[in-house]
Amino acid sequence: MRPPGPDPRDAPAGAPRPRRRRPLTLSRREDLQGRLLVAPTVLVVLGFAVLPFLAVVLFAFLDVRLVDIPRLYLDELEFTGQNLATVWGSPRFWSAAGTTVVYAGASSAGAVLVGLAVALALRRPFRGRGLVRALVLVPYVLPVVAATTIWKTLLNPGYGLVNAVGVEWLGWAEPIAFLTTTSREFGPLEVPVALLCVIAFEVWKTFPLAFLFITARLQVVPGDIEEAAQIDGAGKTRVFRHLLLPQLAGVMALLAVLRFLWSFQNFNDIYLLTGGAGGTEVLAVRVYSELVVRANIGTASATGLLMTAMLLVVVAVYARMIKREQA
Amino acid sequence: MSARPQARRRTRRSGEDRVLGVLRLVVIAGAVVATAGPLLYGVLLSLRPFQSVVSEPLRLLPSPDEITFDAYPTAMAEYGLGGNMGNSLQVALATAALAIVLSVLGAYAAVRLRFLGRGTVNVVFLGVYLLPGIVLAVPLFVLLSRVGLTGSLVGLVFVYVAQTVPVALYMLRTYLVAVPSSVEEAAMIDGCGRLGLIRRVVLPLALPGVAATALYVFMIAWNEYLFALLFLVADRDRWTVSLGIAQLTEFSVPTTVLMAGSIAITVPVVAGFFLAQRLLVTGLTSGAEKG
Repeated sequence: MRPPGPDPRDAPAGAPRPRRRRPLTLSRREDLQGRLLVAPTVLVVLGFAVLPFLAVVLFAFLDVRLVDIPRLYLDELEFTGQNLATVWGSPRFWSAAGTTVVYAGASSAGAVLVGLAVALALRRPFRGRGLVRALVLVPYVLPVVAATTIWKTLLNPGYGLVNAVGVEWLGWAEPIAFLTTTSREFGPLEVPVALLCVIAFEVWKTFPLAFLFITARLQVVPGDIEEAAQIDGAGKTRVFRHLLLPQLAGVMALLAVLRFLWSFQNFNDIYLLTGGAGGTEVLAVRVYSELVVRANIGTASATGLLMTAMLLVVVAVYARMIKREQA
Repeated sequence: MSARPQARRRTRRSGEDRVLGVLRLVVIAGAVVATAGPLLYGVLLSLRPFQSVVSEPLRLLPSPDEITFDAYPTAMAEYGLGGNMGNSLQVALATAALAIVLSVLGAYAAVRLRFLGRGTVNVVFLGVYLLPGIVLAVPLFVLLSRVGLTGSLVGLVFVYVAQTVPVALYMLRTYLVAVPSSVEEAAMIDGCGRLGLIRRVVLPLALPGVAATALYVFMIAWNEYLFALLFLVADRDRWTVSLGIAQLTEFSVPTTVLMAGSIAITVPVVAGFFLAQRLLVTGLTSGAEKG
């Protein structure tokens, strides 16, 4: 609208003129409105996620306990490296770290593989497929407390279905307390019973997500190559190995990493099923018990900080792998 | 000479097909039993008297003369889950409403407007999404008890909003991108301001997506356990229903009552889930743009 050249209103006004607010340019206005619209979200996220995270870093270097909270002031803090040293030197922390890695690794791999198997089985249409698909999603939407309560009942040594079946039909000598047994000998094998149970629970609860993603990816696999391969005499396993698997590898790797990250920090499922007993104490449960049982904010924060650092390592490794693949 | 290997290969392949076919049926049957089974088990147990469950754990179907719905009113009234459900409903509704308002504004800005710091904001949100909840729980517990917000549902709502807004924003972004910007430009030329534009044009067009996102946030808040445990455990009147059931499992509460509670909190979630699926099918943008 305006002619090019110096705007008269831009010139330093020598003579006193009624000051008029310059209308904002479209892009300035867009910038301002954009920032205003995100501002509330940013405030909430800053206050309830970013600030707390900075506080974790701070607390990890302070000697604070729950009873100190009312007397916590920013100007009289004393820093110490003791918390990190204590946690780093504690065998319980490292055994929890090991358990966490096993738990997260096994349950993410299990979830992706089960998801793959179910997605392949439901690939060809059949009568009732829609219903089966809907049912498969049930564990994923079930409230975690409801799911763990039902599982605890199923596995209960007194009246649970699994033990009843085992004792009545499978000839078990006695019911097994699945969720409190650290390990048990089955022939030559030493089996970590409780850990396997929480892994099975996690696989059961999260494979629907893998199923959804893999199904979505299967739907966009071009059908003609597969048909050609079949005409050329390739069997189904070979079609799967050489045609489908390469196509699915990307989404499966992504799913495995995401599931690993989530399972690594999982607190609810394990705490609700076993409370961390029976060799299932993972890092998240350790953070909780340092905070609530030991009432020590410092060591709880230090444990949390180390846990976050481990997660970052996983993320970094994955990011590097992706980069190398793209290069 | 060439006929025989051909024939052998064919029999091998049909053998392979047969094995795979059986495997497929096994996987389908296993998936159905494993996913629907536990829920069905919970429903069936909640309809039987506790004594009968203990004495005959193998019999799944309740006999016609013993079917009872007593466990439900017992769980709701005697064990206080009804009140807990009210708390959960308040918290989940408030969380969903707040998260939707915030994320609609934020997602719109992220999709349509170019502003300083847009990239940074996205990275921060992704980071928040990946941060372990249990790690944030420690300082949140400390900070909220410092300002006296533990034991209040308000504090819980803000924590839930912060936890869910990044996901909600991400989900909404994909829906808002689908709103044709020509419709928006037309509205702006007709004199519509930015907020009016969001309310009158963008929101109605993206309504199915907004509803689905709201339901998703509602489900997260309804199911949440860790923060409810940390903040509310001391005050029984404020327990959410997830916390209520989890606390009851610590005491010798009949399992039939626990099953009734579990089924009761599952019903709204599963119903909402199927509702959202139906919502998602309806696309409203078709036909909004001419030519």
